[in-house]
Amino acid sequence: MTEPTTVVSVSGVTKTFPRGNVTALQDINLDLGAGEFISLIGPSGCGKSTLLRVIGDLVEPTSGAVTINGKSAPQARTDRDYGIVFQDAVLFDWRTVAKNIELPLEMLGWDKAKRRARVEEMLSLVELTGFGDHHPWQLSGGMQQRVSIARALAFEPALLLMDEPFGALDEMTRERLNLELLSIWQQLRSTVVFVTHSISEAVFLSTRVVVMSPRPGRIAGIVDIDLPGPRSVETREDPRFFELVTEVRELLRLRGEHLLPEEEAAAAREDA
Amino acid sequence: MSAATLTVRSSKAAREWGPALIVAVAVIGGWQGAIAAFHIQQFLLPKPSNIATALWNDRSTLWPAGWYTFKEALGGFALGSTLGVLFALIVARFQRVGSALMPIAIAANAVPIIAFAPIFNAWFDPLQPTSKMAIAGVLCFFPVLVNTLRGLQSVRPQQIELMRAYAAGEIAIYRRVRIPTALPYIFTSLKVASVLAMIGAVVGEYFGGSFDALGVLIRSDAQILDFVTAWAGIVVASVLGITLYLAVAIAERVFVRWAPGGRDV
Repeated sequence: MTEPTTVVSVSGVTKTFPRGNVTALQDINLDLGAGEFISLIGPSGCGKSTLLRVIGDLVEPTSGAVTINGKSAPQARTDRDYGIVFQDAVLFDWRTVAKNIELPLEMLGWDKAKRRARVEEMLSLVELTGFGDHHPWQLSGGMQQRVSIARALAFEPALLLMDEPFGALDEMTRERLNLELLSIWQQLRSTVVFVTHSISEAVFLSTRVVVMSPRPGRIAGIVDIDLPGPRSVETREDPRFFELVTEVRELLRLRGEHLLPEEEAAAAREDA
Repeated sequence: MSAATLTVRSSKAAREWGPALIVAVAVIGGWQGAIAAFHIQQFLLPKPSNIATALWNDRSTLWPAGWYTFKEALGGFALGSTLGVLFALIVARFQRVGSALMPIAIAANAVPIIAFAPIFNAWFDPLQPTSKMAIAGVLCFFPVLVNTLRGLQSVRPQQIELMRAYAAGEIAIYRRVRIPTALPYIFTSLKVASVLAMIGAVVGEYFGGSFDALGVLIRSDAQILDFVTAWAGIVVASVLGITLYLAVAIAERVFVRWAPGGRDV
């Protein structure tokens, strides 16, 4: 089912880590269409971050394959087909905000004038116009994460990988950035893979939520999110929103119940 | 720059340097007073005023000698530090080289290298500056190597992951991540090395050297019990050592101005 609009195709991906003989991912199959916003959710140790890294060719699968835009994952990485955002902003202290956003553009060999113009666009996209000359440590955590998103999107990748990008932020900042991310996604129409621990965040943002279960990491179920767009503050009060949150929660509970506390602790250690 | 910012700057400078200046004046004043009060013998501790007089009277021999020794220290500092940084880059890049050599380098770092000064004088011509540069260079090499390596290795794994996501090669990762991360570590070690270089040069000269050299001058003055002039020589060595240290510190301000610790917003 590799239609032309499929951006990411994960087929039969298994990943075992030799240390402790842990099966982080077992036989994962997943296709992402263009413009989809997919969340990966599951308890610690379910392999959601590993799956994200396999898609980005930062971790090599033990077996199975990933294609991005019809290319192998290593080729896609070499072609810089995706942008990535981590839980920490991972900004470089010695670069100003503008220079941080420019980094991938430098790697692509853009000339200075073109880089500068794009940085201004990105700063206005993430609502940080005027902060270009600041250093990362002069910004709040939420602002730093916005810089990191601007950097990931600066070269207009078709695919955006996000590994718990708002996990370290407070609830209010997180909800505001959720809205901002949705508006950016609607403007750019890129495909997003979003790893999160938060059920409501996953339901609020996504077109589909992939629920994963641990040991070994598997897809427990996929929930289509049929909330009307554009989503807003009111979406979180929609009765359908609560139904979907409940549906995801039950899938998580169903698959998580057999976990013994010590297994959960071991899984959490792996995740860290 | 407006007059207002100038005033702000000078008052900031006064606040930064004022306390240290007051302590320095108090120590020298106390020293001068204590010698008079307790009748301390001149050969044990001369009066600061006498040292100042000797510094002025012998200026035509002391300062050229200081300059001679300073050049030795500078040569050793440049050589040892450059090799230290280069060696660290190689060790960080090729882990096998690192695992073979680093334990030895760390052990060597703990050796009191200054004890080798007489040996270096035997290896090189003791009358030539090269023998002192060699000692100063070896003294500078190990702390610079160990600190630079630590800096190169203290990169956060996610920074490397990010660079790999941008399909960056090893050279790009070094240029854009590892070396900038290591810069504060490098400058810390260079400050240590600047002090060690001057020690190496002067102590090396204590074991023999040209009569143009400050260390030789200090030693011969002490031998003929001219302690006031020896003290004046020590003052010259200190001034030059502090100058080198400050030069490195200023370079650090220029190159590492982004660092949160050194922020001058």
